[in-house]
Amino acid sequence: MAIELSAVRYRYAGASVFALRSIDLRLEPGRVVGVVGANEAGKSTVCLVAAGLAPGVVGGLLEGSVRIDGVETATLRPHELAQRCGLLFQNAATQLSNTTATVFEEVGFGPCNLGLPVAEVGDRAWWALGTVGIEKLAPRDPARLSGGEGQLVALAAVLALRPKYLVLDEPTSELDPAGTSLVAEALGRVARETGAGILLVEHKTDVLARIADEVVVLERGAVALAGAAAPTLADPRLAELGVEPPAAVKLERMVREAGIEWSAALAEAIR
Amino acid sequence: MTRLPDYVVRRPSGFYRSTNPGTKLVVAALEVLAAFLLPGWIGPAVVLAAVLATAAVARRLRGLATFGLAASPIVGSILLVNLFLLPGASDPIARLGPLAPTWSGLWFGLQTVARLLAFSSAIALVYLTTTVDDLLADLSRRGLGRRAIFVVGAAVQMVPLTIERAGEILDAQRARGMDTEGRIWRRARGVLPLAGPVVFGALTEVEERTMALEARAFSAPGRKTLLRVPRNGRIDRFLLWAALLALVALVGIRVAGRLG
Repeated sequence: MAIELSAVRYRYAGASVFALRSIDLRLEPGRVVGVVGANEAGKSTVCLVAAGLAPGVVGGLLEGSVRIDGVETATLRPHELAQRCGLLFQNAATQLSNTTATVFEEVGFGPCNLGLPVAEVGDRAWWALGTVGIEKLAPRDPARLSGGEGQLVALAAVLALRPKYLVLDEPTSELDPAGTSLVAEALGRVARETGAGILLVEHKTDVLARIADEVVVLERGAVALAGAAAPTLADPRLAELGVEPPAAVKLERMVREAGIEWSAALAEAIR
Repeated sequence: MTRLPDYVVRRPSGFYRSTNPGTKLVVAALEVLAAFLLPGWIGPAVVLAAVLATAAVARRLRGLATFGLAASPIVGSILLVNLFLLPGASDPIARLGPLAPTWSGLWFGLQTVARLLAFSSAIALVYLTTTVDDLLADLSRRGLGRRAIFVVGAAVQMVPLTIERAGEILDAQRARGMDTEGRIWRRARGVLPLAGPVVFGALTEVEERTMALEARAFSAPGRKTLLRVPRNGRIDRFLLWAALLALVALVGIRVAGRLG
């Protein structure tokens, strides 16, 4: 049971070069895998491929194998993929349907598309709102939310389809620190409470340090580094790969460079 | 089993606001056709009287007045063009140098304006008395495809969002020193650079919107669930069929050449 990308190469329609050159990646339920990398490293493309939208909806050429729970994504239709793997983009505004008057209805939009009974749509909407922690937003107009709130609504809307996996493409990139914190807390809660596997593309490595179990570093469409989150985010090669390490790692280096002994107690005190 | 919250199952209340959205659309279509097909002053006068009376009872006269105000530039230009330039008019009101406003030009201009106002106020009344989601829910209930419904809904909802975005871009350009105040040509010069970012920004978002919709099972087969079913009582149905019959009769009589 997992999302598995094996020897994946992917080229967008009309492009001459492969955006993904060699990707092997595995996401199991209950795990949070972070993906980082410099611009043009292929992070967003990995999201589209893992969620099955590329090449299914986007077009292009895919080589290798992308499977969700053993089923090739190429054999699944978009609505079937949506129930297995939810996808969240950077911009909250473009993810709203623009056809609903309240956040509750916006979250229920996906289940309604599936033609589920009204009672189940209600159950799922309340469950998703509760899991993300935004029940209070339910009566609000989705078009009148802050960036952070909008992103949480988009997350709840994806969750309402009850996918076993979530693929999140830089969900905090357009948010201020308060919005980032809101979304990071919600993601941690979702990971704990739903048991969903989360593939989180995020250039804010502090967020990954908080919630990721593993981290994959991409460079020009290939995996450059991969492993458990803490050692990978502390790897000195990170800077060469265009990734800024988390603040705690930078602080630790500064402390060591100053000749002060680094200890677990000090790390805990800083945290 | 969860009960849906009241703000989701809400029903609009009040005269005409609670009327079925589909019925209101057909009534508006009848009014639009009547305003243009009935000869002379009868069409626009009857339609304007009906729309104004309905708006007054529905307490939407102020909103209608705002729409009327927004139409004033086009109303003014229609009047001026007909007043001075109606072909074949030879009954001058006065001589103003090379220009000669005519009685028949004034009369024709006023009638055209009346038709335009009748047409636009009939549509505006639907907008003022119906929420977009109620309209979409009713169209969906009547079997309109989900793609068509989405296009209608997204197009209507995109208008205020696009205006908001245009405002943000305008502010950004002003902050960088672009002059958007003053004479008309200067304002126009400021608006042109605005058009590019607004249009191209909207286009680049289309792909992401499409993918986001697919990620929410938009293309799932079968009928979509409706969380709220708009009222469609006996009066709504009677009004709908009466308006439809009147509409067909009006078009039939016009085609038969009986309306002059």
